[in-house]
Amino acid sequence: MAGHFEPSTSVPGGAAIALDEIELSILRSLTVQLLELIGPGEQPADAADDPLAELFTDGPTEPPSDPALARLFPDAYSAPGEREDRAAREASAEFRRYTENELRTRKREDGLAVVHALDALRPDGSGAAVLTLAPEESRRWLGTLNDLRLTLGSRLDVGDEDTADELYRLPDEDPRKPLVMAYLWLGGLQETLVETLLP
Amino acid sequence: MGPVTVPLEIEQTEEQEAAAAVPEPDVPWVTVVHNDPVNLMSYVTYVFQAYFGYSKDKAHQLMLDVHHKGRAIVSSGSREEMERDVQAMHGYGLWATLQQER
Repeated sequence: MAGHFEPSTSVPGGAAIALDEIELSILRSLTVQLLELIGPGEQPADAADDPLAELFTDGPTEPPSDPALARLFPDAYSAPGEREDRAAREASAEFRRYTENELRTRKREDGLAVVHALDALRPDGSGAAVLTLAPEESRRWLGTLNDLRLTLGSRLDVGDEDTADELYRLPDEDPRKPLVMAYLWLGGLQETLVETLLP
Repeated sequence: MGPVTVPLEIEQTEEQEAAAAVPEPDVPWVTVVHNDPVNLMSYVTYVFQAYFGYSKDKAHQLMLDVHHKGRAIVSSGSREEMERDVQAMHGYGLWATLQQER
């Protein structure tokens, strides 16, 4: 169980992984950063007192300016790289108004589930622990692992296959190296977690 | 981009605006998933199986289409149904859009 998920031997359809102290810490830290990035979205001034207000409030109509957030919450009517006409822009804005808050809420809940699962672990003397996920938890984890990789991929500018290949061969002294290592490691986690969910 | 693409793009834009201005209810809408270099092939296949209930073979073929052709139509139906599918794809982190099939 080193560094990747395997089918759980105790939970039917579940997944398990042994994580050391550093891996637990990196995973938690990245997920908390993702939660901060996703945030509550645009809120009216009076929404702070009422947690349900967000559900009944119109979402934004403009795509997020942060490239990572724009990738997490893309336009629905304009294909990437295509010139956008007025009708598509208006339809995208309308779609965003009614869906983005719900999408943000769901991504936040998935991320919180990951943090809570990590916090519930009882690490041994060396700081390592075995994490076991039920299938429903695995689905939440998959979502968050994917959001993390999309975010890191955007920060690293993994725009095309050539850039991606270049990133894999970075010299150790490159400042992007730690982020690339995290990106690749998360890819391994996601890949092996998907396998536990496929029939 | 070569100069040839300019008139083509303008023509396409006009077509899109015309289509949006006069909706044709009998022309189905489609959900299109676009390629991106981050999403894992196994994950994209999993999403097509889990959300659409497609067989492993069909999901795998659609994933390959996305990967090699840059995009694939993954479902079709009414505009409301396709908005639901696109919203679900965004929930999974896939890059999806909807459009009216022409």
